[in-house]
Amino acid sequence: MSAFVFAGSAQFIAAGLVAAGTSTGIIILTTLVVNLRHALYAATLAPHMKHLPQRWLAPLGFWLTDESFVVVVSRFHKKDTSAFKHWYFLGSAVFMYSNWQLCTWIGLAAGRAIPDPASWGLDFAMVVTFIGMLVPLVRSRATVISVLVAAVTALLTNQLPNQFGLIVAALLGILAGVLAESLLPEGQGKQTNE
Amino acid sequence: MNEYILIGGMMLVTFGVRYPVLALLSKVPLPEPIFRALKYVPPAVLAAIIVPKVLMPSGEELQIHISNAPLIAGTAAVLVAWRSKNLLLTIVLGMLTLWGWQWLIHNGAL
Repeated sequence: MSAFVFAGSAQFIAAGLVAAGTSTGIIILTTLVVNLRHALYAATLAPHMKHLPQRWLAPLGFWLTDESFVVVVSRFHKKDTSAFKHWYFLGSAVFMYSNWQLCTWIGLAAGRAIPDPASWGLDFAMVVTFIGMLVPLVRSRATVISVLVAAVTALLTNQLPNQFGLIVAALLGILAGVLAESLLPEGQGKQTNE
Repeated sequence: MNEYILIGGMMLVTFGVRYPVLALLSKVPLPEPIFRALKYVPPAVLAAIIVPKVLMPSGEELQIHISNAPLIAGTAAVLVAWRSKNLLLTIVLGMLTLWGWQWLIHNGAL
């Protein structure tokens, strides 16, 4: 699964659904919903990749994940006009992919050797990684509002099946950010944590 | 057999939400309002994934108390990320806090 899908959060969720005996169709649908955010990542990166041919876009699309998006978008937003930023994308993606394969094999071996792997809380590594990516993004008051709205909505909709609340929370958070940006007076927002 | 259908299907939908958007939008320019909205996608999505896992680790109700180890570790990770802006340090200290706190709970210190 790691070789062909390459989507950490969807793989975690699919593993849970397989363990619960959920039907194949539902698991595929859930994967689609969980990964819809990658369509938004792709839309963010696309304007920077106008000049690239399809033979570049297809593999970069396959390797586009949360982690590669965050490192790549910050590279694209740097002011220099380097024509080789897509090589940066390719390099980070290939390294992440190789590492993901290696660690999946380690996990397969270790999972057989350790009696109760879930009790180690390793899935929490995804949460702290996302925290480390989110906090530096919070630089304006509009972003703070966007994050707060998304967070509260996610808590309120956490009971919805198949991670549907995630999509609702993300959309409301984006809407709140856009509204806040157009309503609030201009100026440097204060730095705030979660 | 069923495993192949599952993995093939997951592969199709995962690639299907990434590549076509990348391919289409790199040919057609994106309207300015949409481009502005996209700035808020990463913070909103990440917040929506993180916050329930930290505040509702069991998936059912808010758990705002000191025996919620993910809440303590998540708070520590936010502080480290804010102060250091260092992703690797955030991950390492966040996980160490989680394990340390779980150890304290397990040994009856909390």
